[in-house]
Amino acid sequence: MAARTLYDKLWDAHVVRTEPDGTTLLYIDRHLVHEVTSPQAFEGLRLAGRTPWRTSSILAVPDHNVPTTAREQGIADPVSRIQVETLDQNCVDFGITEFGMNDLRQGIVHVIGPEQGATLPGMTVVCGDSHTSTHGAFGALAFGIGTSEVEHVLATQCLIQNKSKNMLVSVEGELAPGVTAKDIVLAVIGRIGTAGGTGYAIEFAGSAIRALSMEGRMTICNMAIEAGARAGMVAVDETTVEYVAGRPYAPRDDDWDQAVAAWFDLHSDAGALFDTVVELDAAAIRPQVTWGTSPEMVVAVDGRVPDPDQEADPVRAEGMRKALAYMGLAAGTPIRDIRPDHVFIGSCTNSRIEDLRAAAAVVKGRKVAPNIQQALVVPGSGLVKQQAEQEGLDRIFLEAGFEWRAPGCSMCLAMNADRLQPGERCASTSNRNFEGRQGQGGRTHLVSPAMAAAAAVAGHFVDVRELGEG
Amino acid sequence: MEKFTVFTSKVVPLDRPNVDTDAIIPKQFLKSIRRTGFGPNLFDEWRYLDHGEPGQDCSARPLNPDFVLNQPRYAGARILLGRENFGCGSSREHAVWALTDYGFRVVIAPSFADIFRSNAFKSGLLPIQLEAAVVERLFQAAQAEGFTLTVDLGQQLLTSSSGEAIPFEVDAFRRHCLLEGLDDIGLTLQQADDIRAYEQRRRVEAPWLF
Ligand code: SF4
Repeated sequence: MAARTLYDKLWDAHVVRTEPDGTTLLYIDRHLVHEVTSPQAFEGLRLAGRTPWRTSSILAVPDHNVPTTAREQGIADPVSRIQVETLDQNCVDFGITEFGMNDLRQGIVHVIGPEQGATLPGMTVVCGDSHTSTHGAFGALAFGIGTSEVEHVLATQCLIQNKSKNMLVSVEGELAPGVTAKDIVLAVIGRIGTAGGTGYAIEFAGSAIRALSMEGRMTICNMAIEAGARAGMVAVDETTVEYVAGRPYAPRDDDWDQAVAAWFDLHSDAGALFDTVVELDAAAIRPQVTWGTSPEMVVAVDGRVPDPDQEADPVRAEGMRKALAYMGLAAGTPIRDIRPDHVFIGSCTNSRIEDLRAAAAVVKGRKVAPNIQQALVVPGSGLVKQQAEQEGLDRIFLEAGFEWRAPGCSMCLAMNADRLQPGERCASTSNRNFEGRQGQGGRTHLVSPAMAAAAAVAGHFVDVRELGEG
Repeated sequence: MEKFTVFTSKVVPLDRPNVDTDAIIPKQFLKSIRRTGFGPNLFDEWRYLDHGEPGQDCSARPLNPDFVLNQPRYAGARILLGRENFGCGSSREHAVWALTDYGFRVVIAPSFADIFRSNAFKSGLLPIQLEAAVVERLFQAAQAEGFTLTVDLGQQLLTSSSGEAIPFEVDAFRRHCLLEGLDDIGLTLQQADDIRAYEQRRRVEAPWLF
């Protein structure tokens, strides 16, 4: 057989049938469901008198709307409450496993899938959420879908798809200390742009990617969609298998041995063809900070806010002007002179235990700067929260002046009560700095957990490496 | 789904690249559990001067006179003209529902985000991708009072009121579904035997997946 990419292999293994024009019916192994994009799909199913094809493939969790404080009192906002209750009811009606709001295992859908072993190498994983690309870190084909597609998967266990092109993003070399997976992926998006990956599935490879933990790989694949690619993925290796072993939904005994043997084939063959190859030197990547309203508007922390007058393309220059006006920034401002009012550590990009450890290491023995009105830590799941508390991370954050919250999407998209007010500026470990994303008129700067922690204690953006020992 | 027929409409030029789904329909409106009613909140933060919340009566809200959708000359338009990477960001199909609920049936742009494009087809909104130079020309033309385009999906042809004919490409399967108003799920269920055969094979190859 011809040499194939990882994406080719995952695709081929899930083809139910292909029409002459290439339109393919693709089988879906794991369907993750949350409260925001599913109600209309369940409703559609009911109206057509249909039932889910295979309920055992589905795992549901409320995450976008859930409060991060006083959860035992329920959800105050009646519209949010109805949405979460609708998910609960749909799961009861159709016999679907759900981790309810007060279940210890509840959390952001993209954190709990891998944490439970519900995401496995070689799977097709979908969810009505664009950051489903996260799960590609496991050598899985994972991508976000819309609500019509959610209904389609519920009813048929399949999706009608056309194959994407193959892109390889290769990051070779060693990262400098203090530089993380988040900085890699922001640097990639800065390079190829938010539409650079449109029409592609991206495989992240190279020694710098292999050296990352699963948490780091998830951070990278999470943001593949910010580069326009519906799916991002990383080949399976020992790190992958070690992470999966023993998780509640992972295979056991004979199944485990057979699965692991199959998983080690989940890499691109030597000589496999990619339509596009992008290469980055890991050693050259510095901590990144976004300055605008699109993740591609990013520079290194020692840089300055760019000048639209220097941009040759008039459409881009106009986009930059709008972004600067919205962000309340002047061209040429050094990034380190920018002073956030809020710090948010959380989201499916950076709310796993390793992220919290990295932030806590910076915060330890320091205090949140007086100009920071609020500094939030929102763990990605109840289990991450529990683990962090066992390690004493919560006390480090609380002593420094952070708030320690219950898990959910929170201020990543501000559908619950956690949000910015107009004009407020936030150092955020999330993935989108769009206008209004963290609250209407709110201004978001995307950074790594260590950089968010550094901004919290310094009161302005600063290279985490210059803070020194606490 | 309603069948897609030939129609003629004014064209609203929305001159921004990377129009994201958060801008098309802000998150507070995603709390709805229905598929309809999103039109009044389409582009909410650009369209109104105040902050919108679900359930509000939008007819009483202050409009932003600078936003293109609020210019009376574009009232009733069914074609939206955009710039590159239209519909980037989240997978929320609510963005498409907001556009169709408002009355749009077509979005023209030099490029679309992948998820937005597939959502659009599934909810009866036709995304037409044209070369950047052609889109630029349309932006110029749409400034003129009375400019319209006629969309003929069957012929894959746009015709402007000034007589220009612009062919466009569209996936054959998607075109068929739109023209016939077909439901994807019904089509797929006709292949249920294939799906079962696939499952049987996979249960042997990879039993841990079931
Ligand atoms: S954390 Fe943010 S990006 Fe992730 S699923 Fe929740 S809202 Fe979406």
